Amino acid sequence: MKELTYADALREALREEMIRDPNVILLGEEIGVFNGVYKVTRGLLDEFGPERVRDTPISEAAIAGAAVGLALAGMKPVAEIMYMDFLPICMDQLSTQAAKMRFMSGGQLNVPMVLRTQYSLGRQHGSQHSQFTPAWFLQVPGLKVVLPSDPSDAKGLLKSSIRDPNPVLFVESGLLYRTKGPVPDEEYTVPIGEASVKKKGEDITIVAVSRMVNESLAAAKKLEADGISAEVVDLRSLQPFDLETIAESVKRTARLVIASDDVKRGGIGAEISASVTENCFDYLDAPIMRVACPDTPIPFSPQLEQEYMPNADRVVQAVRGVLGK
Amino acid sequence: MATVTELREVDQKDFAKHGLTKEKLVEMLRKMLIVRKFEEKVEELFLVKGLLIGPSHLYLGQESIAVGAMMALQPNDLTVTTYRGHGHALAKDVPANLCMAELFGKSTGNCKGLGGSMHVAIYPKTGSLYATAIVGSGIPIVAGVGLGLKQKGSKQIAATFFGDGACNTGAFHEGMNLIALWKLPVLLFCENNQYAMSTPVKLAVSSPSISERARSYGMETMVVSGNDVVSVYVAAKTAAERARNQSLPTFLECLTYKMKGHGVYDKGEYRPKEEVAKWLERDPITTFKKRLLNQNVLTAAEIDKVEAETQQEIEESVRFAMTGSPLPFDQIMGYVYAE
Repeated sequence: MKELTYADALREALREEMIRDPNVILLGEEIGVFNGVYKVTRGLLDEFGPERVRDTPISEAAIAGAAVGLALAGMKPVAEIMYMDFLPICMDQLSTQAAKMRFMSGGQLNVPMVLRTQYSLGRQHGSQHSQFTPAWFLQVPGLKVVLPSDPSDAKGLLKSSIRDPNPVLFVESGLLYRTKGPVPDEEYTVPIGEASVKKKGEDITIVAVSRMVNESLAAAKKLEADGISAEVVDLRSLQPFDLETIAESVKRTARLVIASDDVKRGGIGAEISASVTENCFDYLDAPIMRVACPDTPIPFSPQLEQEYMPNADRVVQAVRGVLGK
Repeated sequence: MATVTELREVDQKDFAKHGLTKEKLVEMLRKMLIVRKFEEKVEELFLVKGLLIGPSHLYLGQESIAVGAMMALQPNDLTVTTYRGHGHALAKDVPANLCMAELFGKSTGNCKGLGGSMHVAIYPKTGSLYATAIVGSGIPIVAGVGLGLKQKGSKQIAATFFGDGACNTGAFHEGMNLIALWKLPVLLFCENNQYAMSTPVKLAVSSPSISERARSYGMETMVVSGNDVVSVYVAAKTAAERARNQSLPTFLECLTYKMKGHGVYDKGEYRPKEEVAKWLERDPITTFKKRLLNQNVLTAAEIDKVEAETQQEIEESVRFAMTGSPLPFDQIMGYVYAE
């Protein structure tokens, strides 16, 4: 095992897949000459040239649309949308074109494209450069939504996303780019649609997404000191959604807290909570609690943003609330 | 510097000059008649027989554009079209049986009844790659198709069809910019039928003309009589050669008119009667038949034969469609994701 940052692990995935398959091409704003705003594509222009690492104008709708067209023409595009907040600009291409093509063509078309993006909550980027909105895409059958929380999953899941015959929205966490973690030396992929139990526990299940997985692991450590054993499940992908792993865990612990960086109302937690209630109601000993963001746009002020963001302490609080301790 | 070429209507005293043999001319007529009779049948099935429902956007009056364009393309060239796509589909050799079954929502349709009228031009087998129901959205997509073909070193080219309404969308501008910037082998057929739903071009387009707007992207632009199949064919041939040999795009503004309204239920009563009458005189099929007769390419009997054969093909397509059944509901889940 080697140590890599989350950004470098992603970069390795791109590079390896570009070597493996000549049809893999990258396109997006500032990904070439500038090496990517977060340096995920560093060095790839030099290695693969401007045709396979294609800098685009600021045209999000056309970036996504071109990715759709490239996929239809037999290529494997990996498009980058610099901030998750820019996705609404290309929502038509993602949600109304790419996601529905296979279905409404009666299976004649496949759209093997990846749209990489990141959210920058916690980096003082203000209301329009910070938001985490994967739950929007729960309403879009046909799309896969992947959200890795550590370097090893980031690499393995990006490789799987590139090889997947479906459109994949790949959501990275801006705050995690510089975090390091072990990454296998050998070739590997991580299957899309399987949650991962990041820590075993007996008393309560915490299902977490993206950056909140790390916060939840920190929370579990604090709780351990007080004799509370929390299990932390990293959802890893929102579509498909691994209810089986969550249900298996909840059936053992009988308690559930869900932690994510999106606005609580109508968010990821709402969907997980509803699914668990529908499928495991008899096993639950307490109401399900969500740890997420308040129903406001994201404030710029660094102090306010810190108060706004969920964190390990808030997960601890929620767990104690559910356990009545 | 890109230029606007006003082709309008090409000289047709000598069809051979344009590479049009008798065989090709008959094929043009046959294809236009297939589209015409298909659309007339669809209208009847909606309005008289009540057998079809849902949005359906007829191509009546615009047949010469799809037919002229497709005949100038190679069979494996790829098209991205729209919800007004019955004509594009049929002209790109999607069998009428499959199209009609798709309109009926049957599993025997080309999209298994999951797409319907607005996506009937999805049939990659004949290069009819995609049809979108969101105005303007096909232009960025065809940019990607063109880029993919160019990058693979393919000899295939891509073509897209859209209406005047699409020219005011953001997707149009972003897509046009990429296509011109990256010099992609793409033909853009703007079917200017004068109205976006009921909104006339003059109330919707700020530039002096749509072609002027296209030229401003640095794209070679042609203004063509869209009601004349030979003119469309000749323009499309030039554009296709430019795309195939030089990897350069061309914008073709094809001036035309919807014989009916926006959708099958729209009678288009917001249009001045004199304007409608003037355009109906230029019915692309009537005028083409007249030319073929006058120039002794075909006899009246030969034209009648094509009429009868195409009518029969359409009648047969209705029979085919009506005998099919919809996909069992429990199977639709299987079409969401590819394994």
